[in-house]
Amino acid sequence: MAIKLKEICNQEDKIAPGHRACHGCPETIIVRQVLHTITAMGKPVIAASPTGCLEVCTSPYPQTAWRVPWIHNAFENVSSTLAAAWSTYKHFVKLGKIEDRDVKFVVFGGDGATYDIGLQFISGVIERGQHILYVCLNNEAYMNTGTQRSGATPLGAWTTTTPVGKVVPGKTEHRKDIVGMFVANGIPYAAQAAPHAWRDLMTKVQKAVSIEGPSYIDVIAPCPRGWRFPIDQTIYMSRLAVDTCMWPLYEVENGKYRITTRPLEKKPVIEYLKAQGRFGHLLLPENKHIADELQRKVDQDWEELQKRAR
Amino acid sequence: MRLKSWKELETGVVILEPGNSVLYRTGTWRTFRPIIDMEKCTHCMFCWLYCPDGSILVKDSKVIGIDYEHCKGCGICARECPKKAVTMVEEVKARMEEAK
Amino acid sequence: MAEVMVRKAEVKALEGDKAVAEAMRQINPDVVAAYPVTPQTEIVMEFSQFVAEGLVDTEFIPVESEFAAMSSCVGASCAGARAMSATCGPGLELMWENLWVASGLRCPIVMAVVNRSHAAPLNILTDQTDMMGSRDTGWIEIYAENHQEVYDNFIQAVRIAEHPDVLLPIMCGHAGFVLGHTLGRVEVLPDEVVRNFVGEYKPLYSLLDIDQPKTFGAYDHWDYFFEHRRQVFEAINNALRVIPEIGQEYGKISGRYYGLVEPYRLDDADVVIMIIGSGAGACREAVDEMREKGTKAGMLKVRCFRPFPAEEVVKALKDKKAVAVMDRCACFGAEGSPLFIETCAAFFNRGLRMKLINYFYGLGGRDTIPSEFCDIFYELSQIAETGEIKPPFVRYLAVRE
Repeated sequence: MAIKLKEICNQEDKIAPGHRACHGCPETIIVRQVLHTITAMGKPVIAASPTGCLEVCTSPYPQTAWRVPWIHNAFENVSSTLAAAWSTYKHFVKLGKIEDRDVKFVVFGGDGATYDIGLQFISGVIERGQHILYVCLNNEAYMNTGTQRSGATPLGAWTTTTPVGKVVPGKTEHRKDIVGMFVANGIPYAAQAAPHAWRDLMTKVQKAVSIEGPSYIDVIAPCPRGWRFPIDQTIYMSRLAVDTCMWPLYEVENGKYRITTRPLEKKPVIEYLKAQGRFGHLLLPENKHIADELQRKVDQDWEELQKRAR
Repeated sequence: MRLKSWKELETGVVILEPGNSVLYRTGTWRTFRPIIDMEKCTHCMFCWLYCPDGSILVKDSKVIGIDYEHCKGCGICARECPKKAVTMVEEVKARMEEAK
Repeated sequence: MAEVMVRKAEVKALEGDKAVAEAMRQINPDVVAAYPVTPQTEIVMEFSQFVAEGLVDTEFIPVESEFAAMSSCVGASCAGARAMSATCGPGLELMWENLWVASGLRCPIVMAVVNRSHAAPLNILTDQTDMMGSRDTGWIEIYAENHQEVYDNFIQAVRIAEHPDVLLPIMCGHAGFVLGHTLGRVEVLPDEVVRNFVGEYKPLYSLLDIDQPKTFGAYDHWDYFFEHRRQVFEAINNALRVIPEIGQEYGKISGRYYGLVEPYRLDDADVVIMIIGSGAGACREAVDEMREKGTKAGMLKVRCFRPFPAEEVVKALKDKKAVAVMDRCACFGAEGSPLFIETCAAFFNRGLRMKLINYFYGLGGRDTIPSEFCDIFYELSQIAETGEIKPPFVRYLAVRE
C-alpha cells in the first residue's frame, strides 16, 4: 500500500503536541511517521517506551502526549513488558474475551535502551517470537542524561563520557552492528531507516508490522543538542547521514539483505563530520587518521552491504 | 491550580485523558516564528511531515496555518519547504507587528 | 456447604514447590513468566508440564532472566492479565528494580519465593534474606510454615493482591529444600472450588483498551510523586484488614482459617519465641518439651511480615515476661534483625517496654533443632526471673565462635 502524504495529513496525530521534546527533535518526527503509517493501514496501535528522552517528554504526569495506549516500565525492559502485553492480547483473543482487531504493538526506544542496557531483553523477545515492532530512535548517545556514549556512538564522536582531551580524541571504538546481531538471531524483519526518507521508512513500517513475529527498525535520529548542530537541520542531517553512507538504508527480510534507497552520489564522510560539533576535533590535522578510519570503515561496510544485498 | 490529593488521584499512576498534553503551551518556548506565505505554498505537506510538534494545521489536505500554541519555532519547516514559502521571523518582532 | 467441600479435598504427598505448581494449575492464571533458579526450578518445571499437557490455558512466557520475568508480569498485568511468577534468592535480587514498578503501577502479581540465601559465599540453601531484603518494595509478604500452608497461601494470595482496596503484588515465601524439595501432606481442594474462590480478575484499567487509550507508567515530578507513594502506603496497610478476611473466607472452603499471626500455646505463656516460616515446626516441638518440664513456653508465628501486623503482635505479646525474636536472614549493621526492629517499634509506639532479645539463626540452610530453641527458652526464663538482659543485644544462634 503506497502511503500518500495528501491522505495521511488528514489523520489525527497519535502523539499530541504539547510534549516537551527539544526544538527540532527527530524522535517525535519519527514517531509521527510510524504512527501515521499504521493508522493509514487501519490498524490500532499499542505503544511502549523505555526510560529516555521520548518517555519523559511525552508523559509528565498528569499529562500525556499519547493518544494510543502506551506504557513505560523501566530503562532496560520495555521489550519484555510490551511483548507480555502482546502475549496477554493473544491469550484473551484465544479465550474469546476480546475481539481480534489485529492490534500492532510498537516499542519506541532510544539507542541506550536498545544497544546497551536492553539488549538481552530484545534478544529474548526475538528468540521467543513475540510479535512486536521495535523502533530504535537512534541518536547515537544517551541524550536524556546529557550525551553519554552508547554502543551506537560512532568512532571519534565527542560525548560527555568520551570527551576530547589531550590524550583521548573522543570515542575510540566503532559502533555495534545491531541489525547484524538481530539477523544472526533469526529475526524475520530488520531494517535501517531515516526520517528524511519518509516513503522508505513508511514502507518498512508496513512490512515490519505485517510479518508474523518480531521486527526491528533502527532509525537514525539526528539530535541537535547532542550532535551540536542548528535546530532546523535535523532532516538535513538525516539526509547527509544517508548520502555519506554513514547510515545506509537497507532491510533484511528473512535473512536476505536489500538496499532500499541508494544515495544519488556517495558524498565523502568529511562533509558529515564538518556539519556537526561532536566531530569538530576530527578536522584538526592530528586527528586526521580518525576521520580517515571512519571513511575506511564506511567504505568497507558499504562494500560489504552491497555484496550481501546482491 | 489546586493539585489533587492522594485520595483523589487515579490508582496506579494511570492517565485517563489521551493527548491532554495539548493543555501545555510549548509555543511560549519560541524565539523565531514560522510564517507561511500562502501564495507560494503548494500544499506538498513536507512541513507537516517533518514537524516534530504536529503544529502544521491541515484541513482537507491543505495547509491552513500553524498552531502557534505549540510550535516551538525550530524552523525545520522553513528549511525543508521546497518552495521557500516559510520564513522565520523573530518572535518579538512578530508580536510587535501583531500588536500594531 | 462448606463442610461438604472440605470432605472433597484430596490428600496428596507433594513437595512444597509442586504444591505451588498445583495451586497455580488450579488457579489457571492468564500469564506466567518465570525463569528457573535453584531451589525454585521445580515450580517452573512442573508448571511447564501442565502447559505441555494442556491442563491450563495459561500463556507461559519462558523468559531469559528473572528481570524479564518481572517485566513480563508487569506488562501482562497492565494489559489486564492475572500474572504470576516464581523465583528465589538471586533471582529476586535481579528483579529488584522492577519489584518497585510492580507495586508502583499497582499490579496484583502473585509470586512464589522459595526462600534462598544471597551470595557470596555462594549457597543455594534456605534463609529469608531474599524476601527480607525486598521488604520495603511495596509487596505484601506472607510466609508458609509447612507444605499445606504453601498451597493455601498461594491460593489466598490471589484474592489478597486483587482486592480493590489493596491492588498490590504479593510474595508467598516458603523455605527452599526444607519445604520446597521435601514431601509433605497437602489437602488439595477440588479444582472448581479453587476456581470459584479466586474468581475472575477484573482489572481497574487495561493497556489493551484501544478505544479508551490510557497512559501507564508516566513520569512523576516532585508535585505528584509523594501523593502516589502515599497511595501505596495506604493500600498496603489495607491488607492488614484484607488478609484475615480472605483467611476466614478460605477457612470456609478448606476448614483451615488464616490470620496475620498464629499463636501456639500462647495464652498463659510467660516466655515466647517469635518466628517466621518453617522454623516454627521445630520451635513447636520445643514449646511442647518445655511445657512438659513445667515452663510456660509459647510461640508466636508471624505469617505476614508486610504489612507488619503491629496491633496483633502487641496484643499477643504485651503480657509476656520475655520474648526472643528470631530472624532467618542476614541484615548487616542494623540495631537488630528486621522482625526485632519492627516489634520494638510496635511496643515503643504504644508506650510499652518489653523484655525482648534478638537472634539471627539458620543462615544458608543451617538446621535449627528443638533443643536449640529449648536453650533459648531457658535463657528467656532467666530473663523473666531477673528482669535483666545482658549484652550483646544481637545474638547468633549456633555459630562456632
